[in-house]
Amino acid sequence: MILDAKIPAGNLAEKWERHCFSSKLVNPANKRKYKIIVVGSGLAGASAAATLAELGYNVHCLTIHDSPRRAHSIAAQGGINAAKNYQNDGDSVFRLFYDTIKGGDFRSREANVYRLAQLSNNIIDQCVAQGVPFAREYGGQLANRSFGGAQVSRTFYARGQTGQQLLLGAYSSLSRQVKLGKVTMMPRREMLDLVVEEGRARGIVVRNLISGEIECHGGHAVVLATGGYGNAFYLSTNAMASNVTAAFRAYKRGACFANPCYVQIHPTCIPVHGDYQSKLTLMSESLRNDGRVWVPKKTGDSRPPEQIPESERDYYLEQKYPSFGNLVPRDVASRNAKEQCDQGKGAGETGLAVYLDFTEAIKRDGEATIIRKYGNLFQMYEKITASNPMHTPMMIYPAVHYTMGGLWVDYNLMSNIPGLFVLGEANFSDHGANRLGASALMQGLADGYFVIPSTIGGYLAGCSHDDVDTGTDSFQSTRQEADGSLKKLLGLNGKRTVDDFHKELGKLLWDHCGMARHKDGLEQALARIPEIRGEFWDNAYVSGSGTEFNQTLEKAGRVADFLEFAELMVHDALQRQESCGCHLREESQTKEHEALRDDENYSYVSAWQYQGDAKPLLHKEPLSFENVELTSRSYK
Amino acid sequence: MMSSGTINLTLKVWRQDNSRARGALSTYTLRNISTDMSFLEMLDVLNEQLLLTGEEPVAFDHDCREGICGMCGAVVNGQPHGPERETSLCQLHMRHFKSGDTLVIEPFRARAFKVVKDLVVDRSSFDTIIQAGGYVSVNAGGAPDGNALPISQQNAEQAMDAAACIGCGACVAACPNAAAMLFVSGKVSQLALLPQGHPERKERALNMVKTMDDLGFGNCTNERECEAACPKGISIRHIARLNREFLKAAVTGE
Repeated sequence: MILDAKIPAGNLAEKWERHCFSSKLVNPANKRKYKIIVVGSGLAGASAAATLAELGYNVHCLTIHDSPRRAHSIAAQGGINAAKNYQNDGDSVFRLFYDTIKGGDFRSREANVYRLAQLSNNIIDQCVAQGVPFAREYGGQLANRSFGGAQVSRTFYARGQTGQQLLLGAYSSLSRQVKLGKVTMMPRREMLDLVVEEGRARGIVVRNLISGEIECHGGHAVVLATGGYGNAFYLSTNAMASNVTAAFRAYKRGACFANPCYVQIHPTCIPVHGDYQSKLTLMSESLRNDGRVWVPKKTGDSRPPEQIPESERDYYLEQKYPSFGNLVPRDVASRNAKEQCDQGKGAGETGLAVYLDFTEAIKRDGEATIIRKYGNLFQMYEKITASNPMHTPMMIYPAVHYTMGGLWVDYNLMSNIPGLFVLGEANFSDHGANRLGASALMQGLADGYFVIPSTIGGYLAGCSHDDVDTGTDSFQSTRQEADGSLKKLLGLNGKRTVDDFHKELGKLLWDHCGMARHKDGLEQALARIPEIRGEFWDNAYVSGSGTEFNQTLEKAGRVADFLEFAELMVHDALQRQESCGCHLREESQTKEHEALRDDENYSYVSAWQYQGDAKPLLHKEPLSFENVELTSRSYK
Repeated sequence: MMSSGTINLTLKVWRQDNSRARGALSTYTLRNISTDMSFLEMLDVLNEQLLLTGEEPVAFDHDCREGICGMCGAVVNGQPHGPERETSLCQLHMRHFKSGDTLVIEPFRARAFKVVKDLVVDRSSFDTIIQAGGYVSVNAGGAPDGNALPISQQNAEQAMDAAACIGCGACVAACPNAAAMLFVSGKVSQLALLPQGHPERKERALNMVKTMDDLGFGNCTNERECEAACPKGISIRHIARLNREFLKAAVTGE
């Protein structure tokens, strides 16, 4: 199989416009004859569903949640990037493009990233028009803050709740289309499988989570916007329901899964504090604008932070990276925190934490300013830890946060299954091996508001608009298979809970397929995962029935998929024998312990094709760079 | 930073199989609960315990566990989201309880919130209210430059105060009339404070209030329980603004 990314020819800056012009269009009268299924209603899904409906398509939008407003996009705190250059500090579309591609450690496509940077400005305009209450300057202009990986100030924000406000903006547009009858909203539905007919995506099979009923939904195109797979690690900053099931089932139906080992470990999370813990809470990276990261200079220094004098503190990021300081990209900040803790200089009871200190910022700007900027984050921190960052430095540690890998898509955001489009975190397209802060919101909304509305027509124009019949053999056999897997899960009557297996898998992945990876550890994980999976099918316990609201059954299905998907992640990590982006391959580092990328051998997207019980087949999409020079990333 | 202690608790939890079944309180005991746990992690422990003894776990809604998605919520000893101010259930920690405490845990109750199972309720009526007008009618594409419309910092901040609503429904559960006025006022107030919302402000106030009434929510009698229960501290001043918006629209007409 050859994966054709369908990158348009021509000059980088003109590719998107030329592509839109040369794509086939569906005339307005015909749009209403097509039905599009959108799975997921986060930033990407809600914005896509609303915009496609505005264009005249009939949209059926399904979400796992009770309301589209719950999607995990809502938890994004810090902000959204755009190349507006409102600060007159030298920003431009090209600079945002360059920062993003460099931040991704040169493992993403130039054309996709450039388009993202171009569309970033339209997103801000669109959100302002919707009434998103962005932070403003006294004169009424939009305010910006700085974020990791950039030396310009280009991040737009709404306090520490930017994701919430942008999602509610998309949700409001979606709600308007529901009222107008162009979107049929179906909450509490979990996608169990993709229906492929004659090589094209034609619909999905879902479980109604309230009644337990298995439903078939047919459409002329299927858009997956189902988020990332960070919960494979059990402990992550993801919401509890975030899962890989929809994407993984599409993979099992033939869609290639790209770069599954690219997982971002976010540097500023509240440290782990007990084995009952269900999730990790992120503290926005924007805190690094004003907070200074340090550890005690002495190993094993157990004094409380306020008793450690200035001269005995090691502000290691400022020392090592003088030009970016505390604002180095996420991967660099995470790796350095791990390095300090591995040397025994970590803070707190577990020694797995570093300090993030606001004392100097409070002295410089005053308490009121700091509270206005970060008040809600400080409050959240205090609720969880019973400690106030205004008086005592925060303790932070890296945690799994975002997954850059996802289903493979071409420039049109279509997977290798015609008619299956993938948006937002669920695809692999724009962030390479590491995502810069404030870029996830940008990508989700660019995909939904601006890319898919222009590219889906090119596919639909070549499709008949006859109604999709869900009574066909392919629908019915897919439905029966889904029903069969649920029955298999309900038959599990062992002695261990599903969560228990999930925790075991998560720890294995964190130890061997986390921030730092080594061939030996990865091979150990590869041997161990099938054993855990075997035990799951022998000894897990699932209560209740399939014909009711059953959260244990939901969880069991998701964990069963994580147990298979984890193996794919490890295969991918094993073949990539270079350090890049978020992950350090221990065999591949410089003398100063910085990550060593290998452009000669690994400048490609790895796209995996399902092969049943056999090892998945690796396809390589080579990455070529014509507009940027591949440099080794330096933030010194 | 963390004071690790443990406590023992008696829980009385509302159990109800589905929306048609009758429900009742069941009693459970939990021992050695770490005070650093969140309330939902305590319920996780209960559910693991129930599963291992072959009992059905307690169904409860939850997702982000960071206090922003609005999915979680239950009434704890008569208070929606429990005893801490401006704290959603997932952000409530067990350090606020004492060993030996009995906790009565019930779903958010209102005519417009049907119980789905145990502590899970159907809040789709909130979506219906937003669909009635909680938006600015603007299509993607063609929006003017974001800075073309200056908005005073004060208005932007007040709009943000109103927009902070997470749609959890605690305001309804707290109100003796099961009114959704605080929820509705959040959206109406946000869009009344911003120029983008002005062209549709009359229809918005009238339609959202009418939909709220049609769905079976009660009316506001200034009890202020909603404000006290709101995990985001949304002020009833926004209800006053909603009333002004509604009255203006009703008097000056279409």
